[in-house]
Amino acid sequence: MWIYEKKLQYPVRVSTCNPKLAKYLIEQYGGADGELAAALRYLNQRYSIPDKVIGLLTDIGTEELAHLEIIATMVYKLTKDATPEQLKEAGLGAHYANHDNALFYHNAAGVPWTASYIQAKGDPIADLYEDIAAEEKARATYQWIINMSDDPDLNDGLRFLREREIIHAQRFREAVEILKEERDRKKFF
Amino acid sequence: MKQMPKEYYELLEQLQTVDFALIDLTLYLDTHPDDYQAIQQFNQLAQKRKQLKKQYETSYGPLQQYGNSYSNYPWNWDDAPWPWQV
Amino acid sequence: MFTTRKQYHPYVSPFDPCHPIRTKTYVTAPNLYIPFQPPNLPQFPLHEALKKGTLWKIFYDPYYSPYEMAHKGDGQ
Repeated sequence: MWIYEKKLQYPVRVSTCNPKLAKYLIEQYGGADGELAAALRYLNQRYSIPDKVIGLLTDIGTEELAHLEIIATMVYKLTKDATPEQLKEAGLGAHYANHDNALFYHNAAGVPWTASYIQAKGDPIADLYEDIAAEEKARATYQWIINMSDDPDLNDGLRFLREREIIHAQRFREAVEILKEERDRKKFF
Repeated sequence: MKQMPKEYYELLEQLQTVDFALIDLTLYLDTHPDDYQAIQQFNQLAQKRKQLKKQYETSYGPLQQYGNSYSNYPWNWDDAPWPWQV
Repeated sequence: MFTTRKQYHPYVSPFDPCHPIRTKTYVTAPNLYIPFQPPNLPQFPLHEALKKGTLWKIFYDPYYSPYEMAHKGDGQ
């Protein structure tokens, strides 16, 4: 069951009016390695994973939804006051023709999100390795977006999100260690 | 159109700060269920969060829906600003 | 202790049309070196933890654009 909390996980600030950045940020909204893919991937895998790892997938999946909201906030702030002309200049003309300044689940190239981006093999090791890879890919994507952005406040938010990916990858690696069952946690009766 | 006062942003950030520690501890405890000290820290912060949530909601309205927060009269769950507008 | 940046040097051909990038850097994040987080690692104070994105200092690995740094070097 999901309860929504009416606040962002992180205090997002965007200090420069530069709608061009929205075009790249959207990669983490509707892209293959973005937050939507992460959330849906983990929340779906958790139905077919050993009990001791279900909590982790649920909690990280839920946090990814919060990150999705953060990206949406960044894009919203960058585009809410833009004229069609400004959006065209920002490379978002095609998006505007379809959506005005509404957000949508597509990547920076305009390719719409698809469930082909995620997988649930039903094999815990395969699933967890996919999750680790997803987190590393997301981390790298944030690096490339930071490289293109000269907005220091926005970049602080992106650095936060990138750091969270590092932590998530860490937890998934630990989950693999737990499933290897070599951590002396066996109890014999 | 109402603007939020400085105190709103400060209290919001205090709540975000405690909530962040709780999230990071939650993920840690998901893979370290036997860390007694971490559970203590978690529960202490959970109590702090309860206080901050109450303080925030008294001044600025409900944070959660479906009865996890109280409503004023008239119904104020729908009030601006929403998080991406703040 | 570990480092979080590594470098390598791509092959440069005399026939490369563009000015070569001689050194490439990649990230090796802390999570590669800590197979299982031990208990009682040092934490940031809470308000710093939020800004940095992690409660535990060992995982903190800030990323700044190399191009941002280059600009700053130009005396701006």
